Amino acid sequence: MVYGLTPEEKEKLERFKTKLSTFEKNRKNLIPILQSAQQEIAYLPGQALELAAGHLDIPISEVYGVATFYNQFRFIPPGKYPIKICLGTACHIKSSDIILENFERKLGIKEGQTTEDRQFSVERVACVGCCALAPVALVGDALYGKMSPSKVEGIFTRIQVEKEMSLRVHSENESNQ
Amino acid sequence: MAGPDMDMVEIVINGKNISVKAGRPLLETCLSNGIYIPNLCHVEGMTSPPASCRLCFIEVEGIPAPVPSCVTTVEPGMVVSTDTAAVRKLQRTALKLLLSVHDIDCRNCPVNRKCPLQQIARFLKIGLKSAPFETRLKKDLLDDRHPFFNYYPNRCVLCGRCVYLCHRKNGYPKISFAGRGFGAFIRIDLPLPDDAVSCHECRECATSCPVAALRLK
Ligand code: SF4
Ligand code: SF4
Ligand code: FES
Ligand code: FES
Repeated sequence: MVYGLTPEEKEKLERFKTKLSTFEKNRKNLIPILQSAQQEIAYLPGQALELAAGHLDIPISEVYGVATFYNQFRFIPPGKYPIKICLGTACHIKSSDIILENFERKLGIKEGQTTEDRQFSVERVACVGCCALAPVALVGDALYGKMSPSKVEGIFTRIQVEKEMSLRVHSENESNQ
Repeated sequence: MAGPDMDMVEIVINGKNISVKAGRPLLETCLSNGIYIPNLCHVEGMTSPPASCRLCFIEVEGIPAPVPSCVTTVEPGMVVSTDTAAVRKLQRTALKLLLSVHDIDCRNCPVNRKCPLQQIARFLKIGLKSAPFETRLKKDLLDDRHPFFNYYPNRCVLCGRCVYLCHRKNGYPKISFAGRGFGAFIRIDLPLPDDAVSCHECRECATSCPVAALRLK
């Protein structure tokens, strides 16, 4: 799947471009530059890597080589609702791989991917620090403990309801003005 | 001819005295004297060989353990053995490790019968199997985004020849290692409109791949 830049991301890329000029043109700055790009844009689109390569005057292939080596960099945009499934020891023992599979099947994507409408992404993480609630899933900042396959559906219903409510509040606000 | 490069010295390889150029890697020296040593990642003339395939071990008198011959250079009076039991053991393990991340499907492979993995296995008198090592293949079978090349991750043995040769020929690499560990793979830059180097004319990487992991379309 190739994700084009949204208008918002294009703006962020421009901001990154301005930031880029403050970095000294020295190859040792590559990682700080990539970090700054990801901080700005939330992931590393190809354009950001090309800008970094251009600024430091090093081959793009080298920038990819470095960037893909580190787990901290991502190349696929996170969804509006980033879903993280804990596969730490405690959650693993409580079969969290089944929960992961449930989310993957429901959304039709694999771990590490984002749905085409950019609403959801699925990722695995290692221990989020509340093993007593294993197995654990995170949707954005919201934590769901003692997960079970049947709760997966409930999470999506809840997100849908929240979305509709916020839309309603939004349109009410607009009609009040 | 003068110059330190041209100094000829006497060494012993497998019990035979030969006169060879000092300072040259023993791998190249042996190969050009008709003594075969398995190898995959070395390219003639490399200045700092990666020594990553671990196939080219030899034993040198005075050095306690076997050493890779691509990074060991000729010194006067060396006594070298290329076929000791310790050497063969290491070479068999190295080949099995390479095969453990390789999709062994010779019948459907374009380099079947011309393949260095097959040749090395025959030379080492072992089958084309990774056992006792578990096979670990990648999920992605093909990267076909590039207009001229296809890349098959599960054939690639990460020897690095393509990366090195692209760099050597063009002054900078348009291809590189990416990822790490079992996830490591070779990534080719997609051509940019203002590229100084045209892959179409070069093709160095695909012609240098020993195992048909990089193929011309
Ligand atoms: S590269 Fe060699 S060992 Fe691998 S499938 Fe092809 S012929 Fe067989
Ligand atoms: S693509 Fe071929 S030449 Fe390049 S690292 Fe893989 S096996 Fe070696
Ligand atoms: S292992 Fe999942 S929260 Fe600790
Ligand atoms: S040829 Fe020496 S380690 Fe590969």
